[in-house]
Amino acid sequence: MSLSVRSALKLFSVSVLLMLVVDATAQDDLLKELEESAPVKAVYTEATFKGTRAVNGHSIETKRAGELEFLISHRFGRLNSGAYEFWGLDQAFIRIGFEYGINDRLGVGIGRNSFNKIYDGYVKYKVLRQQIGIKNIPVTITAFSSLAIQSVPRASDKPDILFSDRLAYTAQLHIGRKFSQNLSLQLSPTIIHTNLVDQQILKNDQYALGIAGRYKLTRSLSLNAEYYYRVDPVEQTPYYNSLAFGLDIETGGHVFQLIVSNTQGMVERTIINETEGDFLAGDIHFGFNITRTFQLVK
Amino acid sequence: MNKGLLIFCLLLTGTAEAQKYNSTKGSISFLSDALIEDIAAENTAALAILDASSRQLAFSVPVNEFQFEKKLMQAHFNEKYLETEKYPKATFQGSLSDFSMTSKASQQVTAKGKLTIHGVTKDVQIPGTLLIDAKSEIKINAAFVVALKDYNVKIPKLLWENIAEEVNVKIDFTLQPK
Repeated sequence: MSLSVRSALKLFSVSVLLMLVVDATAQDDLLKELEESAPVKAVYTEATFKGTRAVNGHSIETKRAGELEFLISHRFGRLNSGAYEFWGLDQAFIRIGFEYGINDRLGVGIGRNSFNKIYDGYVKYKVLRQQIGIKNIPVTITAFSSLAIQSVPRASDKPDILFSDRLAYTAQLHIGRKFSQNLSLQLSPTIIHTNLVDQQILKNDQYALGIAGRYKLTRSLSLNAEYYYRVDPVEQTPYYNSLAFGLDIETGGHVFQLIVSNTQGMVERTIINETEGDFLAGDIHFGFNITRTFQLVK
Repeated sequence: MNKGLLIFCLLLTGTAEAQKYNSTKGSISFLSDALIEDIAAENTAALAILDASSRQLAFSVPVNEFQFEKKLMQAHFNEKYLETEKYPKATFQGSLSDFSMTSKASQQVTAKGKLTIHGVTKDVQIPGTLLIDAKSEIKINAAFVVALKDYNVKIPKLLWENIAEEVNVKIDFTLQPK
């Protein structure tokens, strides 16, 4: 009997102790309990690249739902063209373009480029999005397809050129990953089909692999680089692989991209396939992209 | 006999287990009232828990769930200002001042504790109101001011006219017994 009373007392004091412990840790446990009850949600990686362009070529980024981007691009002449050409500034080409986000994954764009008087249109779709939470997906994959219509030469000058001869198609997969807050990389397998080419210097179907990266210097500044390697181009090709460096400056609704590159083109066929400059020989074009984003649909 | 005592003691421990309330609805919104534009955002993914017996309160806000009218602004908020990939949650943990569980009137209460935003924890006192409605739900409301620099949220010089240095935060939770 006395034994059971003693053990009961022991049990009682243990219970009291337990209560005290429970009370003391209640505060920490409460937040922990709350965190544990929180539903798990998909968290998508933001801002792998700052713009829809890595430098010259496209990035994995599309506009968000209802956003319209107005993009003005300039590419000047060669820096090594001397003082008479004011180091290239006298020979500017311009592309005016728009890109719109139909939803957070699907974007469409159009543009007109004074270099070879090219009209272009494209569709971009984020097939996969880098995310954590419910699923862990390490990369974003954006499928890209564009059509370019080259209006040089004028139809009245060359009546034998058909409309179809002016067309070039590009299909790309942009596979990108934001490795850290500061570093993003992207690979872009590409095929460009050009309906009419001089087969001495170009192929109708040209395969290429692009690699692009972004390194954030500060919150609003990042350094970008981009290289397109053409797989097995024509042996006598007068063209070069495209190499470009960019500095992205972001201020609110604007992104300014300052660019140096050996290409003067602003659509895939001219950037990837028809780059005329030798970067190492100093055939470098200065240029910039300016974007302004408008929220059209809220 | 022994068993009876054991059960009694266990029951006693059991009663120490608090009456907890979990949020069924939660909203945290803020307004930045600056020279050029007002920026407002709302977050309905916020969660709260209240231990009615000890008056301990905690809430947790997934910061990337703030919804803005302009999606680009939302992206900048996440990437550049609140750095939500690094600091995904804002939290509060602390306790409420005394209140009556039987009163049906709106009661003034003060939450005292630690508020963590952008990885920075500050001791705060937030005045608010608490109301227990006919369905025994507890409604908690509060409005307070957060100074961005207290939480190491930096505004670039170029944008200082667009973003206010102090933002007005509103909290609105409805809690039910667990």
